[in-house]
Amino acid sequence: MNQIESITGTCIPLLLDDIDTDRIIPARYLRCVTFEGLGEHAFEDDRKQDPEHPFDKPQFQNASILLGGRNFGCGSSREHAPQSLIRWGIKAIIAESFAEIFFGNCTGLGVPAVCASRDTLEALDQTIHNQPEQELTVDLLTMKIKCGDQQFDCTLPDNARAALTSGTYDFLAQLLQSESEIKEQAAGVPYFSSFA
Amino acid sequence: MSSTKNLFDKVWDLHSVKTLDSGQDQLLIGLHLIHEVTSPQAFEMLRERDLKVMFPERTIATVDHIVPTLNQTRPFADNLAEQMMSAIEKSCREFGITLLDVNDSRQGIVHVVGPEQGLTQPGMTIVCGDSHTSTHGAFGSIALGIGTSQVAHVLATQTMALGRPKVRQILINGELGPGVTAKDVTLYIIQKLGVQGGVGYAYEYAGEVFDRMSMEERMTVCNMSIEGGARCGYINPDQTTIDYLKGRPCSPQGDAFEKAAQWWLELASGPDAKFDDVVEFDAADIEPTVTWGITPAQSVGVSENLAPISSYPEEEQTLIKEAFRYMELEENQPIKGQKIDVAFIGSCTNSRISDLREAAKVAEGRHVSEHVRALVVPGSQLVRKQAIEEGLDKIFIDAGFEWREAGCSMCLAMNPDKLVGNELCASSSNRNFKGRQGSPTGRTLLMSPTMVAAAAINGCVTDVREMLSPATV
Repeated sequence: MNQIESITGTCIPLLLDDIDTDRIIPARYLRCVTFEGLGEHAFEDDRKQDPEHPFDKPQFQNASILLGGRNFGCGSSREHAPQSLIRWGIKAIIAESFAEIFFGNCTGLGVPAVCASRDTLEALDQTIHNQPEQELTVDLLTMKIKCGDQQFDCTLPDNARAALTSGTYDFLAQLLQSESEIKEQAAGVPYFSSFA
Repeated sequence: MSSTKNLFDKVWDLHSVKTLDSGQDQLLIGLHLIHEVTSPQAFEMLRERDLKVMFPERTIATVDHIVPTLNQTRPFADNLAEQMMSAIEKSCREFGITLLDVNDSRQGIVHVVGPEQGLTQPGMTIVCGDSHTSTHGAFGSIALGIGTSQVAHVLATQTMALGRPKVRQILINGELGPGVTAKDVTLYIIQKLGVQGGVGYAYEYAGEVFDRMSMEERMTVCNMSIEGGARCGYINPDQTTIDYLKGRPCSPQGDAFEKAAQWWLELASGPDAKFDDVVEFDAADIEPTVTWGITPAQSVGVSENLAPISSYPEEEQTLIKEAFRYMELEENQPIKGQKIDVAFIGSCTNSRISDLREAAKVAEGRHVSEHVRALVVPGSQLVRKQAIEEGLDKIFIDAGFEWREAGCSMCLAMNPDKLVGNELCASSSNRNFKGRQGSPTGRTLLMSPTMVAAAAINGCVTDVREMLSPATV
């Protein structure tokens, strides 16, 4: 698995608060047995109602870093939400804060979801609107966002950062290594043995 | 066990297999619930890696999100829904998992079925690929919503990687006023703490209000922990919990039940238990509550007017303006009297027998307003059967409600039950997000099931307290 130490790319601004996962991917697209094809439906209902939606703007079509507001990804646990953003082209998200299930899903899929202050987000938003071609780097080793000659702090919980930078964010392989310990632990939990 | 440990820490420690290199704990999962929407890709991951399910008897499947509530004859009219049904049936057969399918009398919304069958028990770690898994915390379990990749992890290893949250106690003492329900309590908490107030925390709900609640009321409260941003929510097990579980099909039986009950009570946070944070509210301040906006925190007491935009902190005003625009409501207007188009009683928040009984009391002998389309959707086939035995179906049908089969229905629009255009729906569900109920411009007012029944009858948002008989009030 790749070690994810930094993500560099252009940015798409969506500096709104409380963006929920129903808006990221409307529920009707969850009627599927694969995540393929979800990218084109990201923010579909918002886009239909807002001709100015950034996801439809030509200057943001190649963006790989998404800029969000407070409580990004709240609501439903649907992994379809980060899966659709990934398929649209997103590789990292910077927001003021994240809902936890969404954050966990992103981390597990190798998408750093880092927090930055409102001031930083507004400064980045301003830069991107003026210069959509400006590349950003989200550096997980230094926990800095680099934007031209500017540099901003960002945060990521230590365990998520360690998982991403060491390339162990898909936990399955690690979890599988502990089969005997899992069974031993289970044997000590009263209800696993029906309180016998 | 140390008396300073709260229930959350006791249960977490019991299930922690090890700490992974990155710092997350590898947590053993006691009960894994799955449904048709978030599991197919997880089974595919197992197939791709040639993995088996480690403890197949600890995963139980049902179908709820895509299930039609008018006609459940197979094949379903929606081809995509039918494909998902076939997928979960095939996967459960292949991996040896029990499936409570539509033709099984135990089928229903996963968060109604688990408790009803006695699968949900105190002291368990419970996960499901569904954010409202927090419901099961009502029994004193750690109950978490997870993503599809984590569903695969749990299937393959009965464990998952998780950072340990902090624990906040939400303490509410005093007495709730007449007509004030568990739904109003949870909406009130979210209004006060905000939709991200709980981020980083598990919530322990404690105090006289929760002590007095039935298990079904506790489920309503814990269900919406996620709307408040919390990772999960729980209530300490007590005699109410034990009485509820006794005799359920999957509860321990005989001597084992006595042993279990003893253990469950020992898990409860004691008087010296420590918390990372404590927040206290007074029950007397809570009135029937209605959301008016596009997040579950945007709510008011039914007797209040919507607050002016200028009363919100400046950084929130953009969102508040957008909420008013989307909802087609005005600042300073009363919420009471707001005309509705649709009334929905159902969802994992409020579709249990006690919800239907209370709503039926409001509906009995009255009639749904001419311009309102009203649905009652029981949370499970067993709830439906019980309601029919009590004659509740007849009360609802006589009052002009549609009486449906069990499923998630209009909570989330993955089945034929949807809003149309910009319809305004009084809903006993849990989310009022833009487009949540199936129309990209549909609008939702969250409230208790009795408040929904009252709104259905009057055709507008109503203070249910004005409709309750003196005997009930």
